[in-house]
Amino acid sequence: MGHCSPRAGPTDWPGAEDMGHQPEMIEPTAWCIAALLALSALSVCLPRRHGAIYAAATLVCLALLWCGATSLAAPVSGLKLPLGLPVTGVTLSLDPLAAAFLIPIGLGGAGACLYAIGYGQHEAEPARVVPFVPLFIAAMTLAVLAADAFVFLFAWELMSLASWALVLARHREDGNIHAAFVYLVMAVFSGLTLLLAFGLLAGTEGGFTFGAIRAARPTGGTAALVFVLATIGAGAKAGLVPLHVWLPLAHPAAPSHVSALMSGVMTKVAVYGFIRIVFDLAGPPVWWEAAIVLALGGATAALGALHALMERDLKRLLAYSTIENIGIVFIGLGLAMAFQSNGFTPGAVLALTAALFHALNHTVFKSLLFFGAGAVLHGAGTRDIGRLGGLIHRMPWTHAAMLTGCAAISALPPLNGFVSEWMTFQAILLRPDLPQWGLKIMIPVDGALLALTAALAAACFVRMHGIAFLGRPRSEPAATAHETDAWSTAAMALFAALCLVLGLVPGIAVDGLAPVVSSLLGERLPPQLGDKWLSLIPISASRSSYNGLLVFLFLASSTMIVVALAHRFGSSATRRAPAWDCGFPDPRPETQYTAESFSQPIRRVFGALVFRTRETVDMPAPGEMRAGGIVRYSRDLAWDGIYTPIATYVGIVSTRLNTIQFLTIRRYLTFVFLSLVALLLALALWQ
Amino acid sequence: MNQPASLWALSIQFAQMLLVLGLAPLLTGLVRKTKARIQRRQGPPLLQPYRDLRRLLNKESVLAENASWLFQVAPYLIFSFTWVAAALVPTFATGLMFGWTGDLLAISGLLGAARFFQTLAGMDIGTSFGGIGSSRESMFATLAEPATIMIVFCVALIAGSTQLSTIADYMASGAAGLRVSLALALIALAIVTLAENARIPVDNPATHLELTMVHEAMVLEYSGRHLAMIDLASHLKLLLYISLIGCLFFPFGIARMGGGPVAYLMGLGLYLAKLAAGAVLLGAFEMCIAKMRVFRVPNFVGAAFMLGLLGVLLLFVSRGM
Repeated sequence: MGHCSPRAGPTDWPGAEDMGHQPEMIEPTAWCIAALLALSALSVCLPRRHGAIYAAATLVCLALLWCGATSLAAPVSGLKLPLGLPVTGVTLSLDPLAAAFLIPIGLGGAGACLYAIGYGQHEAEPARVVPFVPLFIAAMTLAVLAADAFVFLFAWELMSLASWALVLARHREDGNIHAAFVYLVMAVFSGLTLLLAFGLLAGTEGGFTFGAIRAARPTGGTAALVFVLATIGAGAKAGLVPLHVWLPLAHPAAPSHVSALMSGVMTKVAVYGFIRIVFDLAGPPVWWEAAIVLALGGATAALGALHALMERDLKRLLAYSTIENIGIVFIGLGLAMAFQSNGFTPGAVLALTAALFHALNHTVFKSLLFFGAGAVLHGAGTRDIGRLGGLIHRMPWTHAAMLTGCAAISALPPLNGFVSEWMTFQAILLRPDLPQWGLKIMIPVDGALLALTAALAAACFVRMHGIAFLGRPRSEPAATAHETDAWSTAAMALFAALCLVLGLVPGIAVDGLAPVVSSLLGERLPPQLGDKWLSLIPISASRSSYNGLLVFLFLASSTMIVVALAHRFGSSATRRAPAWDCGFPDPRPETQYTAESFSQPIRRVFGALVFRTRETVDMPAPGEMRAGGIVRYSRDLAWDGIYTPIATYVGIVSTRLNTIQFLTIRRYLTFVFLSLVALLLALALWQ
Repeated sequence: MNQPASLWALSIQFAQMLLVLGLAPLLTGLVRKTKARIQRRQGPPLLQPYRDLRRLLNKESVLAENASWLFQVAPYLIFSFTWVAAALVPTFATGLMFGWTGDLLAISGLLGAARFFQTLAGMDIGTSFGGIGSSRESMFATLAEPATIMIVFCVALIAGSTQLSTIADYMASGAAGLRVSLALALIALAIVTLAENARIPVDNPATHLELTMVHEAMVLEYSGRHLAMIDLASHLKLLLYISLIGCLFFPFGIARMGGGPVAYLMGLGLYLAKLAAGAVLLGAFEMCIAKMRVFRVPNFVGAAFMLGLLGVLLLFVSRGM
């Protein structure tokens, strides 16, 4: 392990001795996909039994989770099914990378289905939702298992279509049709770029299996083009800036458990696609590719957090926060690429582990937060945090789960979000002597952006939690909100517990991911669970270490000691009285800080630059009988700079081309003939 | 580590946990005394903060009618997060028993967690003062926290570690020398210290009932033992930052692992002297400058962030800077 001093040799990590004795998990995994598809079909036949369908899907997802967890350190197992295209068939394979992403799918899927056993009962039109959920999970699993380009693209498109149907499940609500349309356009675009990327990877010989692609890796310009296409294709699905615009529209439009699946799991499948192509199929990355990924990741993280901070809609806020977290994952991936392209493998190992760990953490806490958002939506009837407030009294369990999720996603110790960001910081701090100036500047700038993102995310979730759950109710539905059902609460409690466990003993995840990292980079982090105190020591003890368990024990014991002492030696009397509020308490809930007023200072600091925020005073003319006010304008620069011009040009071009639609048959025949000649000419000239 | 050495490290750890707790109110008292003397006032006695704490502890707690459990638990959490963070900073000796539990990034995270609960508690009653305090505190934090991380980067890149004991040992050995990046980091840390501890020019710790207050507005609804906990946490936080400046930038005299009793006594004496110097300097600085408007603060704290980033960039570009 390079310059560091691992506490154990590379051979005695857990799982090494039983390599080769592992059962092949690919077949059970394929059966899980079949079971999910069968459940999907069954739910059409049994429209009233969706509780049972979700319960069965939960079990299948748990099986998927088990398959993924047991095959992390197992040798690659493959499977060829006589389905699909006549020549190629369907090739599946389960290698460590695929297994690593089966875990978020199984975990997130199981959580979402468990939650939906209860939450799905409130669905007005369950037939629009239930059949597509198992199909969606099956498609994501298939995308991860695919070992040839056809299966991968088929699964990718199936995943897009199933989720598109789920986005349209509530098509009568305002804006959902628009959201679904934008989503479909971006999904088609993403699929198209990936199709071209795989076309280039397969080359002229057409070896579409991943094995054949690996045998003949592209070089030079082709490799660069493949990287660009894969980044656009996978990045559009993951939500990289500026391809993120569909995500805050589409993710919130779906029912909440599906939002959790889309944000928590589908974005991870997109990350998988990126890693599979860039790290595995297209060969070792080049430094300028790393610089691009670092720039995109940093911009995505900071912009996502800023957008989330301005958002009033609870689920849109969470969707923007997904963009932010994807940015953090891509910062880790970019660091890994930068270090790998310069042959600094220990750094690449740490950065890649951090990125994979953060992806897993994000699945856990984002699912939890979307479950909570669903519970709030059901219990209080709105997802506008400006109309909520005081839910801590009406929904205590949802509040406790959301508090854990908010603390975890704000990267606060001792929860899991802190550990993965800490590891990313440690990777930046390794600072090898990189020869390229682009990377020398980009890596510290990304460190600053990551630090800024973490602080913005903390402010964002304080705002979300404080406005929605604390204070006094701002509307009648919030004042009469009710707690959610037992199934939903159980799902939230389990995920909140996972946030704590992954934070206290991060070694479980870091050791579990080690075979994945070593399959891609050839090296791994030293084993973490062997330490006496279960500390996390990524490089060496004198360099950096973190022990979540001890931090938690110290916090718990010092809290208990101080509570005991304060009550023993001080007064433990408590009296309830009206709020003090400097002597002028106002009973009206409108006097509280609102979501907008909370973020106003931050908007004033960052908004003029990022959102072109303008605030103007709207003063009615003398004699006019309406209230004055302050009008705020803010814009999303990605829409203004990229999408609106494109939509305008597409509109102009299609209006021009409209004339072709009304020609006579002779003219059409002429067109066909001319294009045939042109194509033949092109072919002749090219050869 | 053999048995006596680890026992020694353990006792150092506990000695310093109690030391920071015991000294923190005195430090605040010294700052107040300095300010009063510069204003030609007698000022409250040095031990007044202890008396205030005792007085608050003995009073009953008055809770607003709609205060939730979070509001009652938050003071203890804020205190314990701050105390654990302070326990990880080497004060008069390195080689703490549990120093490896968390590094500088973890200390920054623990203080962030304390702030998380403080801002949430400010919003719990649903008054406009609590909201204004929480909102402004969050705004300052969005710049002060990344600035802290950048300072951590500067010292960690120079010392090759984020472990505070290792950094303090390295800095005390003199191998770091004089560097531009360290100077930038020191200025940035001084600004962050003012912002994080609600000192002038960012916030005024002595003010009440003004719209410009930030920290005091957040804790306006607290009383009795809860307020005592929050006050004690604030004292601890000020001590933590001054100790941090001491151990990162002025580590001379800090007792190294395995030093004799003389070294430890000297370390303790020098530590007390450093704290006193920090308190007097802070008090004098606060008397020389007027409080800023709230929207000037982002420029001030943003300057710390930019200085820190500049230091990190210098270190990435050239190792000698």
